Amino acid sequence: MDALAFVHEQMTGKKEFPKFKAGDNITVNYKIIEGNKERIQSFKGDVLKRQGSGGTATFTVRKISDGVGVERLFPLFSPNIESIVVNKSGRVRRAKLFYLRERQGKSARIKEKKQIHATARVKS
Amino acid sequence: MTSVFEPNGKQTACTIIEAGPCVVTQKKTVDTDGYSALQIAFGEAKEKNTPKAQINHFAKASTTPKSVVKELRNCSIDKQIGESITCDIFAEGEKVSVIGTTKGKGFQGVVKRHGFSGVGEQSHGQHDRSRAPGSIGGSSYPSRVFKGMRMAGRMGNDRVKVKALRVVKIFPEQNYILISGSVPGHNGSIVLIQN
Repeated sequence: MDALAFVHEQMTGKKEFPKFKAGDNITVNYKIIEGNKERIQSFKGDVLKRQGSGGTATFTVRKISDGVGVERLFPLFSPNIESIVVNKSGRVRRAKLFYLRERQGKSARIKEKKQIHATARVKS
Repeated sequence: MTSVFEPNGKQTACTIIEAGPCVVTQKKTVDTDGYSALQIAFGEAKEKNTPKAQINHFAKASTTPKSVVKELRNCSIDKQIGESITCDIFAEGEKVSVIGTTKGKGFQGVVKRHGFSGVGEQSHGQHDRSRAPGSIGGSSYPSRVFKGMRMAGRMGNDRVKVKALRVVKIFPEQNYILISGSVPGHNGSIVLIQN
């Protein structure tokens, strides 16, 4: 194992996350420390991108809050991330959905990925 | 360079350094050599590529040929020949300085090399002067260019000491040290850590 992978494994340990990618609608439960108190804030929105690799990987979540677009960037292995919940997985054709920033309303929606069941046709 | 999460949840930029084991290969003293120093060696070298004289020199310290040899003048570390210095001499949270050779940048202009801001503006009919050095001295007096005038030239590849870097974490088994911030040089370059 190289030094980089070793150090990241030692410092962050192994964390389990559900699989998610750009276009998915997720909820990030993030620990917020105010003085001595600790509380959990959830941030729900669409994943705009996943970026980086290894222990320094990050992802960006975008939501519309009171008509204003809000984006938040989370380090994937941050100890402050309590959990990640995948609400919907979207059907998108790009890895980075920056085009959503210029869209509003109906055109800013992401289609939900439908589970496709394979059907076999018997040829006579 | 990379970044790690510290126990308080903060992300810190840091550099991983493989610190040792450095074998003490020779002890120079005032009586025998005219000055006192500790000679340490690091990194494996192939025996077939090492001169016989050096192989025997390393054999005196009962060790294999090493690729890097360094003398530490007036070193306070008390180790005998053949013993090795590891990252144990550092403690977590300690401030250290790191000496290394910076990345070579080649022949660079004054804007990059000395932080000049160039001459003139981009518009208003001016052109080709935005990265120029400007005047380098008077014509009639002193009618020469002063020594040390900052001009374009080779940049980087200098020996640099970065002070007061914090030791974030130590992995004694692997001899890895995590030092906050960046250190001079490219990936895999040799540095000296001082406490």
